[in-house]
This record gives sequence, structure tokens and C-alpha cells, in this order.
Amino acid sequence: MIVRLRSVSKIFGSRIAVNALDLDVPPGLCFGILGPNGAGKTTTLRMVYGVTRPTAGSIEVFGLDLKKHLRAVRSRLGVTLQQNVFIEALTPIENLRVFGRYHLLREPELSRRIDEVIEFLELGSHANMPVRQLSGGFQRRLAIALSLMNRPELLIMDEPTTGLDPAVRLALWSRIRELRAHGATVLLTTHYMDEAQRLCDRVAIVSDGRVVDEGAPGDLIAAHLAPEAVEVDCTPEEESALLDGTIRAARRLRVGRRVTFYLSDAAPLVERVRAADHRRPLVVRPTNLEDVFLALTGTSLEAAA
Amino acid sequence: MSLSLPHALAVWRRDAAMYRRTWKLNILPNFFEPVFYLLSIGLGVGAYINEMGGTPYLVFLAPALVCVAAMNGASYEVTYNIYVRLTFEKAYDAMLTTPIEPDDVLAGEVLWAVTRALIYGGCFFIVVAAAGLAPLPGGLWILPLLPLTGLLFATIGLVFSLRIPNIDLFSFYYTLFLTPLFLFSDVFFPLRERLPAHWLWVAEVLPLLHPVRLARRAFQGEFSPVMLWDLTYILAVSAVLLLWARRDMDRRLTS
Ligand SMILES: Nc1ncnc2c1ncn2[C@@H]1O[C@H](COP(=O)(O)OP(=O)(O)OP(=O)(O)O)[C@@H](O)[C@H]1O
Ligand SMILES: [Mg+2]
Repeated sequence: MIVRLRSVSKIFGSRIAVNALDLDVPPGLCFGILGPNGAGKTTTLRMVYGVTRPTAGSIEVFGLDLKKHLRAVRSRLGVTLQQNVFIEALTPIENLRVFGRYHLLREPELSRRIDEVIEFLELGSHANMPVRQLSGGFQRRLAIALSLMNRPELLIMDEPTTGLDPAVRLALWSRIRELRAHGATVLLTTHYMDEAQRLCDRVAIVSDGRVVDEGAPGDLIAAHLAPEAVEVDCTPEEESALLDGTIRAARRLRVGRRVTFYLSDAAPLVERVRAADHRRPLVVRPTNLEDVFLALTGTSLEAAA
Repeated sequence: MSLSLPHALAVWRRDAAMYRRTWKLNILPNFFEPVFYLLSIGLGVGAYINEMGGTPYLVFLAPALVCVAAMNGASYEVTYNIYVRLTFEKAYDAMLTTPIEPDDVLAGEVLWAVTRALIYGGCFFIVVAAAGLAPLPGGLWILPLLPLTGLLFATIGLVFSLRIPNIDLFSFYYTLFLTPLFLFSDVFFPLRERLPAHWLWVAEVLPLLHPVRLARRAFQGEFSPVMLWDLTYILAVSAVLLLWARRDMDRRLTS
């Protein structure tokens, strides 16, 4: 295992941020930690790279006891922080140079690595202007470039694509896949379920500092919900009329007027909805990780009647 | 916890890289402040003073102002700059994703504050020497004093900066601590000659007094046993505060 957490807890004052968490990240995978705001994702990552000290439990990274080998472990991993940290008055190249020195890189190797990460993240066109003039997308790319300066075996990314436009996200996903293809292990957090589903080999869903479930995205979906989802706008009375006792939805999720039914076969329900009112808005789609996430982290999901 | 000098130097180089970009903005106010005092008090007020401490007033004032320049250089660094790095820029969060540890951060920052003390004090010494106010080469003994002054005020400022809850409190540090120090630490007049005997110990508590006294002796080319006490004060107070700052730094960076 690249990362191994055993009953790790972190308590801030009276607040339990991480609660007896177990986590195993195997080598060469992209591993996602998903969870609502405040679930303890950032705290968990900080404990993995050793800045936050756990209140209890043991952490091994690269098979090394983190407490005893902190510097050695950190020299082999890279971290993209949730919030970018730059010297805003300096250019990307100057920022990379300063950061490379934190890893004790020296010329000519330092310049070689800078060229390498600038090319990899396509920062060349903006490499010589002050960072504060860069767009959010370029800033995020620079943040990732910084975390690659030491050619890490483990890349830890805290919400790498939050706030980015779809094109930049696609570009970053392909970079992350490329890193994994070259043997790096990636441990990331995200609030985008589509990102987790398309990028991660395994995900752990955490809530209140605990792992609620863990597995490959496809397996998690299959384990928790029926494969087809039907979304309809209707009141609770209309809903029971629609189902009419003959259609058995495995589960359903209501948020305001919108209800999502999870079914092994959507066709009968779709027919019934169309028959009742052919203009009623209706979405039929495969069940996805977002549905599982909502089911597991508790947004009033109930079993259908 | 452990200290690695190469990593501390990497922290130092970050500050130096940033400083190279902004030094013109920084150096002007810091550096000119003692120049103005030298002109106004030294030449202006000094014209009405025959001598002080057995020397012409300008000669009395000049070495003390070199220490003040060093004090200012270190103080700006460990107050506003450190606070901004800690709370707004989050620079240390980034450092701590690399093999750098809190002890390296502390050492690098102290080293940088000492460097700035050396830059400001050194520039001011050149002004003083160019004006013919420094006896040469004997007056050069003031130079090793600059990093010591820097160290002392770096550790004092750090302990303050690491403990305050918001940036506005620095105005207290400047107006209620550094300014009175500047006014009463033997810079403008010999404090001991104005204090009643049973208050003399108060003078010895003031941190700036010790570098100033040493600087004046260096310019006079005299050595006396009290200088050992001054040196001991500077080193001992710095060491104690450094240990204190170390605990606070670790607490702030690794919660
Ligand atoms: N230094 C700290 N001091 C006190 N409480 C903290 C500290 N850091 C985190 N917490 C608390 O611990 C809990 C978990 O925070 P954490 O940042 O790990 O959540 P997260 O899953 O990363 O959330 P988000 O998705 O919003 O980034 C939160 O309740 C937070 O308020
Ligand atoms: Mg977070």
C-alpha cells in the first residue's frame, strides 16, 4: 500500500474532524476521497503528508512510519493544496524556482525540472508574467506544476479542479491520467461526482470523518442503487398515483418537487408518466455516482413505498 | 522536530527572491527614517548642544542610529511580513508540503530578518562613514553588532507576531514598544544620567540599550566589562525567545 491509515482520528477542541478512519491506497491507482463540506477530507490529506498530527491512530506512507520518516516521505510526494499558494508578484518560472529549492534542487537540474513541468502543463505562453495576472485556470495549472517539481511517486490533490471551466478540467484530467500511466499514485478529493467517476479507479465516500463505503465507482453504484434513474417533477400525491402500486421503484429521492426513482427497468414508469401527461418534464438516465453519494451521505433518501 | 540548514536556506532564498522584487519600495522608508533623525536631531538640535557623553552630539548620535536602522530592518520583517505569510499568503502551508519542517521555517525567517538588519544597518553605516562620523577602521567593530541586533529584534517580534489574533495589533508593537525604545534607549541622551539611582535597573531591561551601548563603545574604541553584560543580555534574551517562538511556530503550522 502507498498510503495506509489505521483508526486515525483528529480532534480539534471538541470537534471530531476525522473519526477512526481506515484507508488503503494501493500503488498506481487514482484514488478519490468524496464527502460533503466539512467531512474531513482536507484534514485527512494533511495527516497523510504529515502537517496535521493525528490525535490517534497510525499512518504509513510508502510503507514508512510517517512519524519517523517525515522528511523522506515528503521528498517523494507532491501536494496540490485546496487553495493556491504563490508569490503573486513573481512569475510562474520564479515561483517554480523558489519551490524547487524547497526540495533542494540545484542548477542545472532545477531548470530542467522547471522546463519539464511547464511543458507538461502547457504553461509556456504565460511563464514570464506575474502570477497575479494569470487566469484561474492557469493558476491552478501552476499549482499542479509546483507539486510535480520533485517528480512525486504520490500526488495528493485537494479539489484540483474546483472553479475551473470544462475545457481546463478536461485538460487536467488527461494530465492526471498521464501521470498515473507513468506509475504515480494519485490521491485526490473532489466535489464533482462526474470527475470522480471518470478519473478515479477507486473512491472512498466519507461523511463526518468516517468512510461510509469504498470501491470502484461502478461497483459502488451497482451495490447501492438500481441502474436506471427517472427524474420527474410532481407532488407527493401525484407520485403515488403514478406508481399506483404496480411499479416498484427500489428507492427514490425527493428534493422539493423533483423526485428521482431508481429502477431496474425504467420503461413502464416512463410510459405511465407520458400517458398521464405527455408534457410533464422527464429525465431518464443511468444511475451515477452522484446518486450514490447523496444516498450515502444522507439527503433525505427514502425507500419507495 | 529537527533543523536542516539547507532547508532553512531555501526558506531564506524565498524571502530574498521576493525582496529583490520589492526592495526599492521597502528600503526607502526604512532606511531614510534614521537619516532624517541624523539630519534633524543631529545637525538641527545638535547645533545647540556642545557635547554629549564627552563627544560632539553628532558623534554621540550616529552609532546609535546605526543600531536603530538594524532594529527597524529586522522588525518590519518579523512583524507585518511574517504575519502576512502566515495568515494571508499561506506560504508556510506550501513549504510544509515539501521536506521543510517548522524548525527550518523558523531558522530561515530569523536568518532573513538578520540579513535585513545587516542590509539596513550596513547601508546606514556607509552613510555615517561617508559623513566622516565613523572612526575607521576601529568603527568597523559595529558591523558584527548588526546581526546580533537583528537576532534580538527578530526573536522579540516573532514571539509577538506568532501570538496575536489580528494584524491591527502591530500598531501597539510599534507605538507602545519600538517607539519608546527608540526614544529612551540611550540613542538621544544617556538615560542613566537622567534616571534616579533606584530606577537604573529599568534602563538595563530595555533591549535596544545594549546594542546602542556596544555600538558607541565600538566607535570610541574602548572596551569595558559592561560590554560582556550587554553581549550576554542580547544572546540570552534571543535564545529564550527563540525557544518560545519555536514552540509557537510549531503549534501554528501543524495544528
Ligand atoms: N485547524 C482547525 N481547527 C479547528 N477545526 C478545524 C481545523 N481544520 C479543520 N477543522 C474542522 O474539521 C472539520 C473537517 O474539516 P476539513 O477541512 O477536513 O473538511 P473538508 O472535507 O476538507 O471540507 P471542504 O469540502 O469544505 O473542503 C470541519 O468541521 C472543520 O471546521
Ligand atoms: Mg477541504
